[in-house]
Amino acid sequence: MTDTQLDTSTKDTASPKESGVVLETRGLVKRFGTNTVLDGIDLTVHRGEAVVVVGPSGCGKSTLLRCIVGLEQLDGGQVLLDGEVVSGEGASVRSKETRQRVGMVFQSYDLFPNKTVLGNVMLAPLKVQKRDKTKVMAQAEQLLRRIGLWDKRDVYPSTLSGGQKQRIAIVRALMMNPDVMLFDEITAALDPEMVHEVLQVVVELADGGLTMVVVTHEMRFAEALADRIILLDAGHVVEESSNPSQFFSNPQTQRAKDFLRSFEFERSRENE
Amino acid sequence: MDGGAIAAGIPFFGTLDWDFIAENTPVFIEAAGVTLNISFWGIVFSLLLGLVCAMILELRIPVARQITLAYIEISRGTPLLIQLFLIFFGLPKLGIRWSPELSAIIGLTFLGGSYMCEAIRAGLESVGSIQYESAQVLGMGRLQTMRFIVIPQAISTSLPGIVANVIFLIKESSVVSGIALADLMYQAKDLIGMTYDTAETLLLLVITYAVILLPISIIGTILERRFDYARR
Repeated sequence: MTDTQLDTSTKDTASPKESGVVLETRGLVKRFGTNTVLDGIDLTVHRGEAVVVVGPSGCGKSTLLRCIVGLEQLDGGQVLLDGEVVSGEGASVRSKETRQRVGMVFQSYDLFPNKTVLGNVMLAPLKVQKRDKTKVMAQAEQLLRRIGLWDKRDVYPSTLSGGQKQRIAIVRALMMNPDVMLFDEITAALDPEMVHEVLQVVVELADGGLTMVVVTHEMRFAEALADRIILLDAGHVVEESSNPSQFFSNPQTQRAKDFLRSFEFERSRENE
Repeated sequence: MDGGAIAAGIPFFGTLDWDFIAENTPVFIEAAGVTLNISFWGIVFSLLLGLVCAMILELRIPVARQITLAYIEISRGTPLLIQLFLIFFGLPKLGIRWSPELSAIIGLTFLGGSYMCEAIRAGLESVGSIQYESAQVLGMGRLQTMRFIVIPQAISTSLPGIVANVIFLIKESSVVSGIALADLMYQAKDLIGMTYDTAETLLLLVITYAVILLPISIIGTILERRFDYARR
């Protein structure tokens, strides 16, 4: 397991850095046909907090993120940003504006193949936010240097590894200066040896105080990253904990115990 | 030793009347101008019509979509010669009279539009939904997404089909001789009828078409490489 190599020494795992609610979902419902994927999800994310959502495949984790960012129409409930309803009943702002305040990185590689690395990261700040090109370039240089890919600025995505693509996708989302970042199983499509380089970037961003909601199957990463952890199952929040270590070592619900049991074999192999 | 003398030493070429070829080359150059003129405008309007049809199908615009689908089937399912006859000989019965040049351009556009539509549509459909979603997440609107993300990627996929259609339409333009337009094919048939120098005339015809089409093929290959983002 590569995520065992994560440097968690700087991570403050004591408590969430509470300084106001940035993102909130109230009674969020999403159905696909007759299948209710999310059934009344209440989620609160505070500024600077890293919330990790885990759960079995098909439990609605990705759908939750897609609803938050506005890629899915809600069938009930609301999404609020800084107390303002941005999606669902009584939404006061357009979804396009919401998307600029919430950054998202997908599971599959989503860089634009017709743009260079710089083209990818600068496109939206220039064309959507209409920001000054010099300032955008300076920010792009700073962020690309931070992830060690400034020398790749003029190449096209097809020449990059999966890990490099995902790191650049993270930078592209950060370039919009979002209030919240959503990460949807961003290492699921990566070779194991590339997982670490991507997760390390996320951990560093969390250490830097970036507010984020992370969906992942990497349990060690989840434990290292989370200020709060949420177990989702069949569209419901089954267990929520502000003490990730306790969640993993002593879960409170039977469902959480069953879910985590599947990872015990993995852990026991690591400890051998 | 000139080229004609060298060619005269090769079997088949040795039997040709090189003076006839030299004498009639200007006729073919002039006819090539006619072929190029109608082909150029036919291709330009085919691309425009194809783009409009592809957008109608992609956006699933009611009624317009059904009309477009019917047009594609009729356009692809009938020979260009018949289409030209209908335009040039049939429409005057309804009071619509167009010159042979305009009829040829409209005929090529009617045929080419459906082929261009399918090539462009294949390109648009090749762009994955994740690209649209990524653009949406970055706050890009529909037009920005099409302009900066989807169309450039669609061109990459469509280009081989579009280039093939361009070559197809130029070759297919030979049919316009059927409505008395003095293009390459018309001049070739005229010369054969007058002189019976079939081999020389067809050689001139083949060479002229090759001189027109080979550069287009090469330019097409260069453009395909230019837009092939996957190989960069």
